[in-house]
Amino acid sequence: MMNPGAIDMEIDDPRPVPEPTLLHASLDGAAKRVGIFSQPDLPLTDPSVLSAPTMLKVERLNLFYGEKQALDDINLQVARNSVTSFIGPSGCGKSTLLRCLNRMNDLIDDVRIQGRVMMGDTDIYAPGTDVIALRKRAGMVFQKSNPFPKSIFENVAYGLRIQGQGDRVVLEEAVERSLKGAGLWEEVKDRLKDSAQGLSGGQQQRLCIARALAVRPEIILMDEPCSALDPIATARVEELILELKREFTIVIVTHNMQQAARVSDHTAFFWMGKLIETGLTEKLFTNPGHRMTEDYITGRFG
Amino acid sequence: MSRLAERFRQGGVFVWLSATVLAFCLAMIIGLVGYIAAKGMGYFWPSPLVQVQTPDGPILGEITGQQPTHGEEPAKTQFRVGNRDIYGQDFRWVPTADLSAPEFPKDALLIERLEYGPFIGRIVSLSHDGQPVATGPAAITEAASRLPETLRIRRHIQSIEKGQVGDLNRRIERIRLARRKLEEGRDASALQALDAKAAALQTTYDELQTSLEQSRSESKAWILGLQTVDGQTRDLPLGSVVRMVPANAMNRFDKLGVYLSRLWEFLADDPRESNTEGGIFPAIFGTVMMVLVMSVLVVPLGVITALYLREYARQGWVVRAVRVAVNNLAGVPSIVFGVFGLGFFVYSLGGTIDQLFFSDSLPTPTYGTGGILWASLTLSLLTVPVVVVATEEALGAVPRSQREASLAMGATKWQTLWNIVLPSATPGILTGLILAIARGAGEVAPLMLTGVVKLAPSMPLDGTFPFFHLDRKFMHLGFHIYDVGFQSPNSEAAKPMVFMASFLLLLVVVILNLFALNLRRKLRERLGGSTF
Ligand SMILES: Nc1ncnc2c1ncn2[C@@H]1O[C@H](COP(=O)(O)OP(=O)(O)OP(=O)(O)O)[C@@H](O)[C@H]1O
Ligand SMILES: [Mg+2]
Repeated sequence: MMNPGAIDMEIDDPRPVPEPTLLHASLDGAAKRVGIFSQPDLPLTDPSVLSAPTMLKVERLNLFYGEKQALDDINLQVARNSVTSFIGPSGCGKSTLLRCLNRMNDLIDDVRIQGRVMMGDTDIYAPGTDVIALRKRAGMVFQKSNPFPKSIFENVAYGLRIQGQGDRVVLEEAVERSLKGAGLWEEVKDRLKDSAQGLSGGQQQRLCIARALAVRPEIILMDEPCSALDPIATARVEELILELKREFTIVIVTHNMQQAARVSDHTAFFWMGKLIETGLTEKLFTNPGHRMTEDYITGRFG
Repeated sequence: MSRLAERFRQGGVFVWLSATVLAFCLAMIIGLVGYIAAKGMGYFWPSPLVQVQTPDGPILGEITGQQPTHGEEPAKTQFRVGNRDIYGQDFRWVPTADLSAPEFPKDALLIERLEYGPFIGRIVSLSHDGQPVATGPAAITEAASRLPETLRIRRHIQSIEKGQVGDLNRRIERIRLARRKLEEGRDASALQALDAKAAALQTTYDELQTSLEQSRSESKAWILGLQTVDGQTRDLPLGSVVRMVPANAMNRFDKLGVYLSRLWEFLADDPRESNTEGGIFPAIFGTVMMVLVMSVLVVPLGVITALYLREYARQGWVVRAVRVAVNNLAGVPSIVFGVFGLGFFVYSLGGTIDQLFFSDSLPTPTYGTGGILWASLTLSLLTVPVVVVATEEALGAVPRSQREASLAMGATKWQTLWNIVLPSATPGILTGLILAIARGAGEVAPLMLTGVVKLAPSMPLDGTFPFFHLDRKFMHLGFHIYDVGFQSPNSEAAKPMVFMASFLLLLVVVILNLFALNLRRKLRERLGGSTF
């Protein structure tokens, strides 16, 4: 479906996809994680997944909901240990693309996907890919917090439990580590047995982040994680993202330009299912390469 | 006019209308339950014994009914005169105009006995082994003081008959079966060993019988001399007296005592006299147990069906057709389910089980005849649509976001269903179960074909191995109502029993439902309702 001729006049000069700058990619950290993922979840244990500077590579991706095309020839790279933000007007396909990265779109009937999404040298859409293993490596945080109707402890321990981990000590250790990682430990350490649905909205969202951290994924995909939070809770989550960047690769969808500017290293701007521009956040916000980008980030869009 | 239109627009009219309809429904329900309760509960209260003169001689009994003048027909009064063994029937209608002024003699008695319904009259003497012990009023006091002892002996006899004798019978039967098997093999020494065992058992049996006989004759030694109001006499062994009620000589507390003891007998004892007297405990027990077994069967059946329909099956016309079919099952008349249960479960399934596992005792069927298992299975088929529908709704109500959260953690579909979806759906599933219980507990027709009997010799749950006897026939309150009310020779006397049994059936359903409701409430609390 690569058909440059069909692209809108205004974006007839799509810039080459810039090579992502390597920010914190240390082979050291990658090697540490090899141990965790030594389970035979081939082909995703491909060593390149664990060490390559580019975590994800989206190549010529097209997605159709029935007859309707939602993503149009997307080419994109996500660097390891960086924060990449997706911005763009509502309905432009940000969530759709995000959900392609851990194959959550498989759950929707009538979806057709063309193109490749590479994790290291492995195509996650190749037939025979272990989707379960993939999703363990690419955790997700949703726009609306969605804790399970279980205790706080069980929420965080869920991912490990479904992997068959029953050892109380291991679980307790993992829950504490994840809650600390999500900056929630101090607030809930005395009420781990209480229902998670008794937490405030902001706490719930951080609980969902903790839940995603507990299985030690490679990537965390966040779909507007702060859209339902107040400025203070938002600030906490943003701090958290910067914190988590050291260990994880993060992709975040946001409508908040300031947020994208504050937390992300790379930004991708989408419009009507197309990737208009991508690059270093600083560059994109100070010196956008495209007029549509400029219009959008300055609020003159539409 | 415009004010009316305005009120119409505001909806006030509809609020009133719906409130009125609700009140009407409530009144009907309360009226129904209240009527049944009043009719049934009043039955145990001792009524005064009225003595009147008629042209045909004196009458002593309880007044049970009045009929006003009807054209030619004069007004009539109905008496319960008892003494079925003497008069032939318990009740008598007498023209009210013929009656003298009523008297309430203090020495009149109503004696509940093991046979022929109550005796109504007077005690004239008490004798022991043919020797008179007391006469007149002294005989009443003496008999009253002797009664607890005879009651105790009777209980003792009953418990031996039911427990030890039954146990011995079963063991002898088992030896007989083993013998039959061995006879084919012609193993002489084993046969001899068995015979020795059988002989030993037989001696124990005989000993037991003699001691029983002794107790029986002991309880027959005390004889009451009775006299009816018109002078006929009868002898009655004290051992067959259940209760003596000198209603006219009793104060309120005595009557309350009688009331409670009758109520207790009704709830806790076995029936007597082709079910028209005594208690209905086996029927209560049978009903509860059948509903429990049905619940245990219907929940997995319904939930698994709904899970497949909702979560796994490809949503297309096939699934839609299946869904319609399942829902229509709920509309099939229950007797049709009974016929199916008889044909498929009892004859085919049960017959096959007997051939495979219980061939020793054939031609006596074990599972090849009606039993609580088949009855429960039939009822669970009858009620499964309710559970399927409720479960499907409950599954559909589990937020998509929670399923996605679980799947995004790397859970499989099954793990998501088991850990997230099903727990959230449990309250809804329980709603289905509650409806199923309400429907199932009241069904009678299919049970008559698949295992309910008028009088079951033993309960489906008892102290002998393997404790649950799912092959046994059982008694059921609904059938009991039908049987006592419409099939018994003495249905007039059994009328209050019908009301009481109906009331109990309602009570059983309500209590079972309360359990399920409580369970659901607890689960809801654990799941936590609030989002913030
Ligand atoms: N399940 C679906 N079935 C059909 N069409 C869909 C589905 N989900 C999304 N779409 C369509 O795909 C397009 C992209 O949707 P998407 O949710 O990715 O937008 P978005 O950029 O995340 O928007 P927002 O910022 O409002 O969340 C929209 O036009 C939407 O209508
Ligand atoms: Mg979105």
